[in-house]
Amino acid sequence: MIEMTYLRYEVLRTWRNRRFLLFSLAFPLVLFLAVAGPHKGVIEDGVSLPLYWMTGMIAWGSMVAVISSGARIAAERAVGWTRQLRITPLPTWSYFSAKIFCGYMMALLSMIVLFAAGSLIGVRLDVTQWLVMIGLLLVGLVPFAVMGIMFGHLLKLDSLGPAIGGVTSLFALLGGAYGPLVTSGFLFDVVKCLPSYWLVQAGKTALVGGGWPLEAWVVVAAWSLVLSVLAVRVYQRDTKRI
Amino acid sequence: MTDAPRGETSHDTIVASGLTKSFGVVRAVRGINLKLARSSTVALLGPNGAGKTTTIDMLIGLTQPDAGTVSLFGRSPRDAVKAGMIGAMTQTGQLIEYLSVRELVTMMAAIYPAPLDVEEALRISGAEDFAERQTRKLSGGETQRVRFAIALVADAELLVLDEPTVALDVEGRRDFWSAMRAFAARGKTVIFATHYLEEADAYADRIVLMSHGRIVADGAPTEIKATVGGRIIRATLPDVDLTSLQALRGVTTVDRKGDAVTLNCSDSDATLRDLLTAFPQVRDIEVRGAGLEEAFLELTLDPDEAAP
Repeated sequence: MIEMTYLRYEVLRTWRNRRFLLFSLAFPLVLFLAVAGPHKGVIEDGVSLPLYWMTGMIAWGSMVAVISSGARIAAERAVGWTRQLRITPLPTWSYFSAKIFCGYMMALLSMIVLFAAGSLIGVRLDVTQWLVMIGLLLVGLVPFAVMGIMFGHLLKLDSLGPAIGGVTSLFALLGGAYGPLVTSGFLFDVVKCLPSYWLVQAGKTALVGGGWPLEAWVVVAAWSLVLSVLAVRVYQRDTKRI
Repeated sequence: MTDAPRGETSHDTIVASGLTKSFGVVRAVRGINLKLARSSTVALLGPNGAGKTTTIDMLIGLTQPDAGTVSLFGRSPRDAVKAGMIGAMTQTGQLIEYLSVRELVTMMAAIYPAPLDVEEALRISGAEDFAERQTRKLSGGETQRVRFAIALVADAELLVLDEPTVALDVEGRRDFWSAMRAFAARGKTVIFATHYLEEADAYADRIVLMSHGRIVADGAPTEIKATVGGRIIRATLPDVDLTSLQALRGVTTVDRKGDAVTLNCSDSDATLRDLLTAFPQVRDIEVRGAGLEEAFLELTLDPDEAAP
């Protein structure tokens, strides 16, 4: 159970961190407008280009949001705050839950901003498509939320920025958030084992309809599980050392 | 959140036995036995590197001892922490940003089963004057007060403070200790680490003196002082034979610098009577406790280094 007052102030802290808020929301938005803006209404091979780009940016932006939120633990570790929390009754799980909650809040904000921008340049979707897409995105973000918590305990504050930038860019690129990298062969099989591929595919359900194949659920569950085990290890090592 | 019954506790707040802890080759704590009665205020006194912080961290479950056991209210430290029975202030640490002081203390109060009223915690800690200010805009002393408010707001049975006054100026220190006393007066048990002798002497009813990972003395402040013997008499007494001073009752050693003589006494009352009778011309008499300073220096000498 998350203590509601505690959670409320965590949300408030995220909301007041204007630099974090702006950068998290602005980067995907600017990239989307720059690339998709000139292609308003363009349809290629039966796919609306702005919609195609919007879903890619939604995958990337929400991924960055949930990873960054967990990784902010690194800043709280650096000032000794996590140590302070360990001498309070707050369960570790509640601390993590609050961070994940804030990450999802940022991810949803990022989606809303991109939806709004998309509708300005002619993206139209019906309600069912929106809901299926958002639902799958939220599930697809789980491994990245866990990854954020792990980074928060693994990395020092000064290496955090480059690490998050690099990892999210790589995952987004390989997963096809900026456009499909490969569509067949051995490399494609590898790419299909990445959680970011299925995150991007969650967005693409808006284009082609339908949902995730079984393969997607397996990949996302496996990554969530493995990363959770790793995160617990990293957390235990980190708290033993202090 | 654990909502354990609070009545289910033993008479002793802390029972620690045989605690040891090494960090690599550094043997930080070399066997500590400690029992703390309820409602006592105990100082863990010792120079830097004596093992105070490591001991405190083991008591509150932040550090796992290599050997030995700790029991808090008959529970493990982790369980006592989870039950909200401990309020603690570690030696270092800053506050998280994007909250005002009041918001941060309210946030922390929310995770305890039976917290103190937030305004009360702010008032006792002296953080009330800047309760609206953002945490990143605080001075070092103000930050310490907020950290104290966070420890207080738990309203826990046991308050653990590790060198709480390091960042404070003289006035801040005095305020801090009177606040601590106000809290202790509610029947709480307090253990604090310090390397300031005066603080231990003035604010604790028991001093546990640590040196090189061991407890070298344990008792009431007056007992600790008595361990190294009584008082010192200083006076102006020109042209006097040191051996005749040495012959006075209760004198252990004698020293002279110019016209000033210093007598170390085991019974200063007797010495003073004899001194006035034997040397009516004596002037500028000053009697003071040998003080913890001397006790401290004598007891905290490294036994390993002192050995030939």
